[in-house]
Amino acid sequence: MNPRRKQRLTWILVLVVGVSTAIGLMLYAMSQSINLFYTPSDFVEMEQGEKTPVVGQRMRVGGMVVDGSVERNRDTLEVKFNITDTGPEITVLYQGILPDLFREGQGIVAQGELIEPRVLKASEVLAKHDEEYMPPELAEKMKGIKHVNPNNPVDDSYNSSGDGQ
Amino acid sequence: MWRWLHPYAKPEATYRLVDKLLPWFAAFTVVSLAVGMIWGLAYAPADYQQGDSYRIIYIHVPSAIFSMAAYFAMAVMGAIALIWQIKTAEWAIPAIAPVGAAMTVVALLTGAIWGKPMWGTWWVWDARLTSELILLFLYVGVMALYYAFDDVRTGAKAASILAIVGVVNLPIIHYSVEWWNTLHQGATITKFERPSIATSMLWPLLVSLLGFKLLTISLVMMRFKNELLRHELHRPWAQKELSADKELSDGV
Repeated sequence: MNPRRKQRLTWILVLVVGVSTAIGLMLYAMSQSINLFYTPSDFVEMEQGEKTPVVGQRMRVGGMVVDGSVERNRDTLEVKFNITDTGPEITVLYQGILPDLFREGQGIVAQGELIEPRVLKASEVLAKHDEEYMPPELAEKMKGIKHVNPNNPVDDSYNSSGDGQ
Repeated sequence: MWRWLHPYAKPEATYRLVDKLLPWFAAFTVVSLAVGMIWGLAYAPADYQQGDSYRIIYIHVPSAIFSMAAYFAMAVMGAIALIWQIKTAEWAIPAIAPVGAAMTVVALLTGAIWGKPMWGTWWVWDARLTSELILLFLYVGVMALYYAFDDVRTGAKAASILAIVGVVNLPIIHYSVEWWNTLHQGATITKFERPSIATSMLWPLLVSLLGFKLLTISLVMMRFKNELLRHELHRPWAQKELSADKELSDGV
């Protein structure tokens, strides 16, 4: 490679490395703001640190819906459930229609206002799904779970505990 | 070692090569896209959780992957244009950019359409979605810069620099779902472990990926041919090419 091309190549490499470093440091510094939600473990961490979440604060919390924690009101759309990640639990209160994928054990993200130190009154509940895709028969064999076809939720065994549709 | 590449710095040689290859790429695009789409959208089994809604994966994932791959190709062309100052590499930038931008738009739209029934929202400002939106802005920026100067080569230089700098965004898009908490799930196939998708669903996805890859390449080739002709209009070979193709000469 002739010296002029080599010089241009060096400049480009310096540019790319410089910009990557700058953006990398920026993203690292902002990482807590880039996270879409806090996990229940983040809560414990924050309570021990300085940034204790205060009652009235608006935030997003995400985790798995705890098995057996879902309580539905028979007459209204009110629902209450706990979410967890690795131990601590946060209670979520919500009034409205839950996404089709909502079920016990499912990852969800709730956005709302903290009304007690560990209770969130959600204005929006979003369902997360994982990166696994498989036909229902395979899922039953591999995971021993009989999941519901969201396009046909009538045979949802889970509904029997709630509105009994 | 790279000596065999040298003729392609000449626009005419490049044009001949692309012209010869394009019909093949176009034909295989049609076949693989048809097979991938019909197999994936009609014959692959439904998902245990998402039912039939997951089928949009056969459009969403390929368009997202090739929105990124096209950007990388554009940045490589930008680097070649800057370092070796080869004109054909400069002209590849406006050939690739709109195709990549279209792939990005398709990925964002199909993602929104998928997100509404499954997540419960069209859009959320999580790291994956936001960085893919930034990719679209980068494409728009590259195109705008390229055409912003009276002197085409100055524009190409500016666009090349932006394209190269923007490459930083590609690993951010890919690893966003690992580095931060996002609503978007992790990678299904673009990881080193076994893909976490059943084989009966994986095969149509791989065929769709091939189809989108060939589609992207074919569209870029078509645009690249036009760029070559546009820049070489005054040359005898281009005039001969245009007069030989009656439809084209009528259009111009």
